[in-house]
Amino acid sequence: MERLKNGLKVGIPIGLGYFAVAFSLGIVASKAGLTPFQGFITSLLVNASAGESAGFTVISEQASYLQMFLITIVANARYILMSFALSQKINPKERFIHRFLLGYFLTDEYFAMAISQTGFADPFYSYGAIMFAAPCWALGTALGIIMGNALPFRIVSALSVALYGMFLAIIMPASRKDRNVAILVVLSCICSYLIYRFTSLSTSMTTIVLTVALSALGALIFKRKEEDDE
Amino acid sequence: MSRTYVYILIMVLTVSFIRILPLTLIRKPIENRFIRDFLYYVPYVTLTVMTFPSMVLATDNVYAGMIAFIVGSFFAYRDFGLFKVTVICCLIVFILELLLI
Repeated sequence: MERLKNGLKVGIPIGLGYFAVAFSLGIVASKAGLTPFQGFITSLLVNASAGESAGFTVISEQASYLQMFLITIVANARYILMSFALSQKINPKERFIHRFLLGYFLTDEYFAMAISQTGFADPFYSYGAIMFAAPCWALGTALGIIMGNALPFRIVSALSVALYGMFLAIIMPASRKDRNVAILVVLSCICSYLIYRFTSLSTSMTTIVLTVALSALGALIFKRKEEDDE
Repeated sequence: MSRTYVYILIMVLTVSFIRILPLTLIRKPIENRFIRDFLYYVPYVTLTVMTFPSMVLATDNVYAGMIAFIVGSFFAYRDFGLFKVTVICCLIVFILELLLI
């Protein structure tokens, strides 16, 4: 119970951020011709911002089912890496259902939560956040389809940094503890900016390419000792 | 109408497969040093690339986003925790945009 409650507390800012993002996602969905119910179902079952907006584009273009399959893989490829990373963070003795559920609800935010814990990740800490944030995501999408641009733009703008604030709260303490992580974080910022500035690569592609390249570079030059493992 | 549901179904199955498979397939700790170090660095690189420059571009005013990024990083570095850092970032953007726009 205590663990669920602690998770729920983290779930509130996640849910509010989700609501704002889902709301704007709803506007994309309505342009693609989805009903509020269809948007609600999609967000309830998919839980992916980039993935869903890419999918809605496919629906609006009435492209082939194969194209839907491929674009879903590309837009969500970072979850393959995250799922691998998270597999090492879960107690090998944990029951299958917990691995299944943590996988099913693997989003950037829930992933960040799970990784930020010391030792093995506690599934119930994640469930606490999911209980609040997942309905926010689905309802936000449905409301976005219904209400369009009704929410004041200032509120939308302020809420749009909520998710990133969370990311910072994961990255920075780790950078402080581990100098090699700090160097990789700075490098990631520089590379990410250069790619954004000088190429037309999408954000999801940039994330995939840089994650593979810089993490491999880190593993090659910053070898960690056994006792560094948490 | 029914085509839309087929699209949604493909999306749901594909994304769930990607997320669940590695997590359920790999139950033992990985022995290979390179892969272990690689996976250790993955989350930090991924989250950084997704945060910058996207965070700065997400707000209506670029400077509000920039300052939220810098101040948010500072408080995060000082171990203020998820909830406080998130609220600080949102408030900075809200207040600055009241003044700037």
